Amino acid sequence: MTLILTLASRNLFHDRVRLIATVVGIVFSIVLVTVQLGVFVSFERMITMMIDHAHADLWIAPTETKSFEGSSLLGGRERFQALAIRGVAEVVPVVVGYASWRKPSGGAATPVFLVGTPTGSSGLQPWNVVEGSLGDLSMPDAVAIDKSYFEQLGVAGIGGNAEVNDQKARVVAFTKGIRSFTTTPNVFTSLERARAYLGLAPAKANYFIVRLAPNADTAAVRRELAATLADAEVLTSEEFRSRSRSFWLSDTGAGAALLGSAILGIIVGTVIVAQTLYSSTKDHLKEFATLRAIGSSRRYILTVILGQALISAVIGFSVAASIGLLLVKATTDAALPVVMTPELTLGLFVLTVVMCSIAAVSAIRVVTRIDPATVFAQ
Amino acid sequence: MTETIIEATEIVKVLGEGAGRVDALKGIDLTLVGGELTLLMGPSGSGKTTLLSVLGCMMSPTSGTVRIRGRSTTGLSPEALAAVRRENIGFVFQSYHLFPTLTAAENVRLALDVRGDRSPRARIKADEALATVGLAHKANAFPRELSGGEQQRVAVARAIVGDASVILADEPTAALDSENGQGVMTMLAEIAKSPARALFIVTHDPRIMPFADRILRIEDGRIVGDQRGSEGAGTVHALKFAS
Repeated sequence: MTLILTLASRNLFHDRVRLIATVVGIVFSIVLVTVQLGVFVSFERMITMMIDHAHADLWIAPTETKSFEGSSLLGGRERFQALAIRGVAEVVPVVVGYASWRKPSGGAATPVFLVGTPTGSSGLQPWNVVEGSLGDLSMPDAVAIDKSYFEQLGVAGIGGNAEVNDQKARVVAFTKGIRSFTTTPNVFTSLERARAYLGLAPAKANYFIVRLAPNADTAAVRRELAATLADAEVLTSEEFRSRSRSFWLSDTGAGAALLGSAILGIIVGTVIVAQTLYSSTKDHLKEFATLRAIGSSRRYILTVILGQALISAVIGFSVAASIGLLLVKATTDAALPVVMTPELTLGLFVLTVVMCSIAAVSAIRVVTRIDPATVFAQ
Repeated sequence: MTETIIEATEIVKVLGEGAGRVDALKGIDLTLVGGELTLLMGPSGSGKTTLLSVLGCMMSPTSGTVRIRGRSTTGLSPEALAAVRRENIGFVFQSYHLFPTLTAAENVRLALDVRGDRSPRARIKADEALATVGLAHKANAFPRELSGGEQQRVAVARAIVGDASVILADEPTAALDSENGQGVMTMLAEIAKSPARALFIVTHDPRIMPFADRILRIEDGRIVGDQRGSEGAGTVHALKFAS
């Protein structure tokens, strides 16, 4: 270890109480930011989960659709209009809507979000099926739900019965990890059952998933679709994702709340670290004046202080990341789990380093004003 | 032939302004040469520390010129003055100013580290400097584990490790008992024998006069006495001040 780092680390470890205060400040801040950003990422993923798994080349959606969950209905002609366009290989209808789930044991009804597509099609089928099979969804009254909603929906497993909008429903498959970012469980079923549960006329749909023929020009097909379909929009998956994210994260204020809390965490952490680094520097002012007196450059002294800040950052981040991983494990099955991605982890480390470096500014301001001649007066 | 290390000409230093203005130095001319141990003595407030700060490039004079080995320091920025200090000047302070979290060897090596010398040789030089002051066996001791005299010796090792051409010492024996003060001064007198190095010591302590080659007396910002021993160190104490 270089002497600069030795000096920086010993200055830090010399006063353990202050070091603990610094680390606690960093940990508090970074854990708070981890939770907020982890939930934000989780929220963002869940918002676009259905769109991601549809693997659509293009979406035909009602005009002014704001999110996957909130769309009006298309008449059904759009499907045939789309199929008539050169380059379109397949157009799969998707019906979505909120319905009421009544448990077999009775009691209050639970709202659910229905997703219906033709069974056996390449539409929006449930994924991560852990018991039962997708083929079973073609059976009468068949639905698939996520395992994590068993208790909420009063279902014990395959074969469980319930009522959806006062019509029979039977669980034939269940999935793992398809959770909604709202508290409303997703219920997958066939297109026909979904229309029946929601009381929709045949041919009606909320979306049409468009799959293109190999080598088809997506932009050209999209232009032609847009020109042909009067009351519908044609979106790419990325545009649809962006629109859904924008609605749920911006329009509802949920994203701002999460990011606001994260920013607050960063500010609190910066202030705590700045305070402890400042007081540590004030305590070592005599030593910094001596360094200056024996000819050290300002850069040398700044390196010592930044070294202290970085060592604090590494220790604080290590503890915070460990706590973060525990939180990730603890919330795996929660409605809105905390998610840690490698990018987020790296970003949090960079954030910790930046936060500690900014916190060092007040300490740096103190040492840059040191008069080396003060060493003679002490 | 003795080498001129520091040449100060017509040094004036004014501290404060308005009602608080103090004329700390009033036109001081001084030359320090290699191989000579010079004492600066004078009452409190006479300008000793101010002169030490000016000669040590920690404070710029209001007027006048300081040349270190022929190079003028006039108009240099604080960073450039720091560079002059680390290349040319070693300091010994009254209260040692060792870093409590560093060992004796690390404290000595720090003087090389600030110069950018982080070579393996730097460790050897630090050990040699400690051996010079008789503390090779305390290389891994922290300041709190050393006596006052030992701490001051470490400070001396730090001052000499970079082959500074001038050592400026501020009351180096003030915090030491007679025996330790004697030990430190014997060591400094030995170091002063190098013709390429000058020693300049500010002191109130008459016990160290026998070690001086030259004694300057300052009063009210002016040099009022300048004695040289005719037979080298140890003779000047017998002389009387000129003024």
